[in-house]
Amino acid sequence: MNKFNLLKPDSSNLYKYIYTGSFLFFISTLDVFLNSFFAINITSFLPNFISFILPLVLGLFGLYLIRIEFSGIKSLDLLNKNINTNNFNAFLSLIIIFVVIKSIPPVMSWFILDANITGDTKDACTGTGACWTYIKIWLRRFIYGMYPNAEQWRINLSFISLLALGSVGYFATEKLKKYLTLYYVVIYPFIAFLFIFFFISGGPVFFEFSYGIIAFSISLIIGFFIPKKFKTWYFLLIPIILYISLKYFFFYEESIDLGKLNGLNWVETGAWGGLSLTFIVSFFCLIFCFPVGMFLALGRRSEMPTIRYISIGFIEFWRGVPLITVLFMSSVMFPMFLPEDFFMDKLVRVIIAISLFEAAYVAEVIRGGLQALPRGQYDAAKSLGMDYWKMHILVILPQALKLVIPGIANTFLALVKDTPLIFVVGLLELVGMLNLAKTNPEWLGYAMEGYVFAAIIFWIICYAMSKYSYNLELKYKTER
Amino acid sequence: MNFKLKKLVPQLLTLLVVIIVFGFFTFNAQVNMENRGIEFGFGFLTQESSFDVQFSLIEYDGSHSYARAYLVGLLNTLLVAFIGIILSTILGIIIGIARLSPNYLIEKAAAWYVEFFRNIPLLLQIFFWYFAALRALPLPQDADSMFGVFFLTIKGLFVPKFVWENLDIFFYSIIAAIVSVLVIKNYARKLQENEGKQLPVFFISVCLFIILPLLTFLIGGVSLDFSIPLLKQISNTSYIYEGGLGIPPELIALTLALGLYTATFIAECVRAGIQGISKGQKEAAASIGLTPNQILKLVVMPQALRIIIPPTTNQYLNLTKNSSLAAAIAYPDIVLVFAGTALMQTGRAIEIVSITMLTYLSISLSISVLMNWYNKSIAIKEK
Repeated sequence: MNKFNLLKPDSSNLYKYIYTGSFLFFISTLDVFLNSFFAINITSFLPNFISFILPLVLGLFGLYLIRIEFSGIKSLDLLNKNINTNNFNAFLSLIIIFVVIKSIPPVMSWFILDANITGDTKDACTGTGACWTYIKIWLRRFIYGMYPNAEQWRINLSFISLLALGSVGYFATEKLKKYLTLYYVVIYPFIAFLFIFFFISGGPVFFEFSYGIIAFSISLIIGFFIPKKFKTWYFLLIPIILYISLKYFFFYEESIDLGKLNGLNWVETGAWGGLSLTFIVSFFCLIFCFPVGMFLALGRRSEMPTIRYISIGFIEFWRGVPLITVLFMSSVMFPMFLPEDFFMDKLVRVIIAISLFEAAYVAEVIRGGLQALPRGQYDAAKSLGMDYWKMHILVILPQALKLVIPGIANTFLALVKDTPLIFVVGLLELVGMLNLAKTNPEWLGYAMEGYVFAAIIFWIICYAMSKYSYNLELKYKTER
Repeated sequence: MNFKLKKLVPQLLTLLVVIIVFGFFTFNAQVNMENRGIEFGFGFLTQESSFDVQFSLIEYDGSHSYARAYLVGLLNTLLVAFIGIILSTILGIIIGIARLSPNYLIEKAAAWYVEFFRNIPLLLQIFFWYFAALRALPLPQDADSMFGVFFLTIKGLFVPKFVWENLDIFFYSIIAAIVSVLVIKNYARKLQENEGKQLPVFFISVCLFIILPLLTFLIGGVSLDFSIPLLKQISNTSYIYEGGLGIPPELIALTLALGLYTATFIAECVRAGIQGISKGQKEAAASIGLTPNQILKLVVMPQALRIIIPPTTNQYLNLTKNSSLAAAIAYPDIVLVFAGTALMQTGRAIEIVSITMLTYLSISLSISVLMNWYNKSIAIKEK
């Protein structure tokens, strides 16, 4: 009886099976490897089709032989469990292994081995691979757009200082932590706005920016000595009064002279572009769409019918139309709705349009979080005598926002990925600049390099964002 | 009294603000249009459009009206959406199931696919396919054929065209097949409920779908012919294909990018849906003696679909809205034809942009109304 179990492994001939199977699998992989890396076909003596299909057959048979249950060898069991559970799985595994081996050499040679990066004209690109010289030469344009070379330090400085100001949260002491929300929700966006609109765009308005900073810091210092009772009113009124008085009474004469002497050059928004514009647009839209979306979500769940229906109408309208038509609207239709001689900058219009558009999506995400909260939370807050705003700010929203971190992160990701669409109104961020560079007669035919470059950059940004949101989700996860 | 007032005041204030804003906008629009000598109205839709469109599903040239141009754009948009939805659904289901595979390599490959295509802007992907990948294809005269009938060239994909005769009879036969399948299904359910007998419904419906259309070929006078694309020289250096159906590269790039991009989201929906079914459900089904196939068909899928379908429909809607990116590579969809060319020619910004937005809005709203109805009908009825 036992003579005929050649095709069934047992403890006595276990190793024969393993050795034969591994050998066949090794041969098949080696064949593909040699073929793709050194262009050697060790089965060239066979007919074309058989030579092509042979590694697959050998590999399948090898994997079939080593598929032994309860072999007692840990690594073999692990292998079988993970890539070799049945014939179909073995087939798919082999295909994936072969495709990976096959695709490494061409990808490597295009990216690195046959690519050129030296020189600074098109002639330097002699290899068959990518021409990274093109990216190198155009890098400034890809990052800063048409922003004048001599002024680019302004963008760098603004971004670095905004980054530094943004990382304050990590260094705040326990005592200051309670002010962090206020800082990030109100003060930081305000400073960022001043930086970008008065520093990057330049012109005499640069001095308004410095007045703003001075007024703000003076009022902040005095603010520490003001009794708590008046603090709200104080912070609402004093900075504005200080700002106006500084502008019109104190510095007026000097600023005119200074502006003429060494004010920053005015750079119109049409010249902004490249990756920096991507950041600027996504940053502002991100800041603006969040509060608007929060109010819309609250409005949609309000008990007052007028507010509820207005919110529903607003949200459904923006969610129902594509962004590209919204941008069309902001560029061709919106100017018709404004008073005749009222001019609004293109960039501002775009930022308003994208913010309103994304706000509708944020609103729906936050509404999901609000709906997920148990009724008991509302009842408990009300029974403590809290009014509507207190209940939402102190009890409901902190919990609801925690719940919807992944959804919000997805919306923000969508926002970043949507920024290239602003090409519709003639603003050229990274992808727009690529299209411009591609049509330059001196650099024709390098579309691929440009798109691969942009894809890598966007991929890194988006991947980092999604990983960050995942960490945030873990950090704020509370057991319920 | 006080309580009522407290509720009334914010509502009135909001309403007032909205009315003022709208009034302000309308007033400005009136003033602006008067200054430019434009009169608001939709009369321009019947005027002759006098521009040509590269690719159109219905007969169209410059002598047709703007309304016709709008229809051409709308049909092109729907075509892209339709192909994209089919492509992304097939791919999405495969990737979604692959992400749950016990095979480590397959799971990782699917995960990398999702991470890769999801994190690159769609516009960039469309540009990549159109300007970089499809531009690397051969010229018409150098193209290799696939099976002798398909030609993939830089000018697009050329496929054989169906030449039908009595197509309407064929359509009626398909409708008849669908109706009879529905009737049989209903009958089979009643039979099972009343007498416990099972009919091979699937087998019967497949047969019906094959036999009924086939009959029309034999006795209904329907005939199908193929017109195969043939290379033709029109001058020394330029060649074209004649006779077949030419699919423009814009359409290929657009559907490819939309399909690959949306598939990642659909894959995540499918994965979430299947993972959302608790293990207990499968074990309970197995313990009452259902076969693995029956478990999948009767227990897992009905519940998984309840989770999968709503977000997937959302993705279909997104795909339809994203198809408006066609304007970036000059595929003549509604945005390019109507909100682009027609707007430039007539200068009627308000009318045209609102028509375009309303079109998208009505597509979205009608699908979400359908969705809500569907959700209500499949929701778990709790006691």
